[in-house]
Amino acid sequence: MPDKPTPPGSSAIVANDPWRKLRQYTSARIALGHAGTSLPTAPHLEFQLAHARARNAVHHVLDVANLREALMARGHEVIELHSAAANRPEYLQRPDKGRRLDAASRADLQSRTISSPAYDVAFVIGDGLSALAIEANAVAFLDVMVPALRDGGWRIAPVTIVGQARVAVGDEVGELLGAGIVVMLIGERPGLSSPDSLGIYMTYQPRTGLTDEARNCISNIRDQGLSFEMAAHKLLYLMTEARRRGLSGVNLKDEAEGLPSVTASVSKNFLTDA
Amino acid sequence: MPIFSQTIAGHVHRFKSLGDLLAKASPARSGDYLAGVAARDDEERVAAQMALADVPLHTFLNDHVVPYESDEVTRLIIDDHDAKAFAAVSHLTVGGFRDWLLSDAAVDKSLIALAPGLTPEMVAAVSKICRVQDLVLIAQKCRVVSKFRNTIGLKGRLSTRLQPNHPTDDPTGIAASIVDGLMYGNGDAVIGINPATDSISAVTTLIEMLNDIIQRYDIPTQSCVLTHVTTSIEAINRGAPVDLVFQSIAGTEAANKSFGITLAMLREGQEAALSLQRGTVGNNVMYFETGQGSALSANAHHGIDQQTLEARAYAVARKFKPLLVNTVVGFIGPEYLYDGRQIIRAGLEDHFCGKLLGLPMGCDICYTNHAEADQNDMDVLLTLLGVAGITFIMGIPGSDDIMLNYQTTSFHDALYARKVLGLKPAPEFEAWLQSSGIFAAGDALKMSDTLPQPFQRALAHLH
Repeated sequence: MPDKPTPPGSSAIVANDPWRKLRQYTSARIALGHAGTSLPTAPHLEFQLAHARARNAVHHVLDVANLREALMARGHEVIELHSAAANRPEYLQRPDKGRRLDAASRADLQSRTISSPAYDVAFVIGDGLSALAIEANAVAFLDVMVPALRDGGWRIAPVTIVGQARVAVGDEVGELLGAGIVVMLIGERPGLSSPDSLGIYMTYQPRTGLTDEARNCISNIRDQGLSFEMAAHKLLYLMTEARRRGLSGVNLKDEAEGLPSVTASVSKNFLTDA
Repeated sequence: MPIFSQTIAGHVHRFKSLGDLLAKASPARSGDYLAGVAARDDEERVAAQMALADVPLHTFLNDHVVPYESDEVTRLIIDDHDAKAFAAVSHLTVGGFRDWLLSDAAVDKSLIALAPGLTPEMVAAVSKICRVQDLVLIAQKCRVVSKFRNTIGLKGRLSTRLQPNHPTDDPTGIAASIVDGLMYGNGDAVIGINPATDSISAVTTLIEMLNDIIQRYDIPTQSCVLTHVTTSIEAINRGAPVDLVFQSIAGTEAANKSFGITLAMLREGQEAALSLQRGTVGNNVMYFETGQGSALSANAHHGIDQQTLEARAYAVARKFKPLLVNTVVGFIGPEYLYDGRQIIRAGLEDHFCGKLLGLPMGCDICYTNHAEADQNDMDVLLTLLGVAGITFIMGIPGSDDIMLNYQTTSFHDALYARKVLGLKPAPEFEAWLQSSGIFAAGDALKMSDTLPQPFQRALAHLH
């Protein structure tokens, strides 16, 4: 939000906050000022606009053809699938349907020959609550992740794209593909400031009916959030550990950064560094 | 299992079990339709409410909506039930209990004494036959006080959780939001961060940081990093200065399993936090979050409606004497609470049930961008909960959580509620706000024009 000069005579009505320079360190809506103790008109209406735009993001439809083309250009085999939720309104009110494939998609995967030896990992791309997040981030993330896996000898399944997808549909896809690990790339719930945030969920030995405790999550992957490189680093760590220990979920902590001792850890911030 | 029925104009409405009766008596919401347990129309719903009103309260002690044998939450509810406390209302039906709660017999002292005698199913049942004004009036009579480094829940007080979340846990970004919140008088319930990842090293870094800030500025509040209870225990084992141990909880054993927890693990978390002896005015060391729909979301609802299961989560909470319990009412999405109307009703029900069960109940008055709700709905719920005596609400910069991608109450919103309802923050924190020069001396709502000296010094190093 740009600082606007305070019009003469209005300073007594709308008070600026004397910590405005902190705005450069976060995209949070800090130092908005106050009229009385309430939100001044300008930031109030900026919020209303952001909400209107986020509402639009929820209803944006994934450009599947474009995504498929980009993946194929990178040498991936691509399979298009759809959840049992027929459309957006049904998707929003029936998460159970978004967690399962529709009959045609299931039949498609069942008709394919299971790879031998089995795939080590299957990437599943789902629109989730923000197709914008997939369009902005999914291919770029795979561009970082996939070469690292190929270097490590991981056998990668065809990439699947699931329309009207919830996280758990990845488990059904992974199971039907016979993959050792499924990695679901999904559009997260749009925020006011982040309508395009990608989430990644990893499950070891995926199968229909697993719940959140069986998955590890890396969230907020986007331009102004977690970088593709850092997300790939975390995911590779989680996948390697999942395979080594034979599990995923709450019993598999993300300790990708190593284990510095508590006394050595320094929390750099201006409040305590001064 | 007994059959319940209600005859209206010659038509007999039958309900196959107590759980079925509770579900069909529940005010309409999308999650109960999703589960297939809701009444088919408004008339069946009212028939269920009439039948429910005639059910004696003691029925809930013998007829368990989730089986005792297979569910440790049911066993907790039944085994910990205080029959002596219950005696005051044991002769009443659900409908009679509503009348009693509205009457002058129910005052803060009698309600505190009664709490251990109530089960979640009893309070859920009575909430279903309450209108919004009943939920407000009765909850307002309840007074639940909890303590750690300050005193939460006193009459005439409204506390806030300062929630300085940042998408990458950047310390400077978090510190910027903390300054914003403190300068707006927020943060007495807790300064609580939802970390972007669950990694033990990232979590311990944040715990250290919050501890340093609270000590440096001598703030009478407590910190919490909202990570899994096992991660908090591990952090404590590594020597991290943990104030409050956090956990999301639900109302069935199976739903808790989907969160990766058991009652024994919560006990372990509480004992680990207590062992640090970091509280100065009290020893309530747990911070729980709940929300209608979590059990169904984990396919662990046993055919029971989401509001009854939510109340059962409070039985889990009260076992561990929490400092704070927060129902995150609109976070879960429109498949459970479809719009502003459903979110408002649910927030008031949760607060009512939590308070009757003796919990320091707060509410994350919130919505997501895929729900049919907006700021106006939140203003309505905030105002109603303020009148109902809510213990604490969230405070976040400009209502926008840039990490969790949802909207909750802002720092400004908290000041609005304090102003129109004449409320103040926790007394220790209020004194600090004035002594540190954040608010004008003698006026809890007059913000200073200048940054207090210690904060000015901290910002002076920045460009």
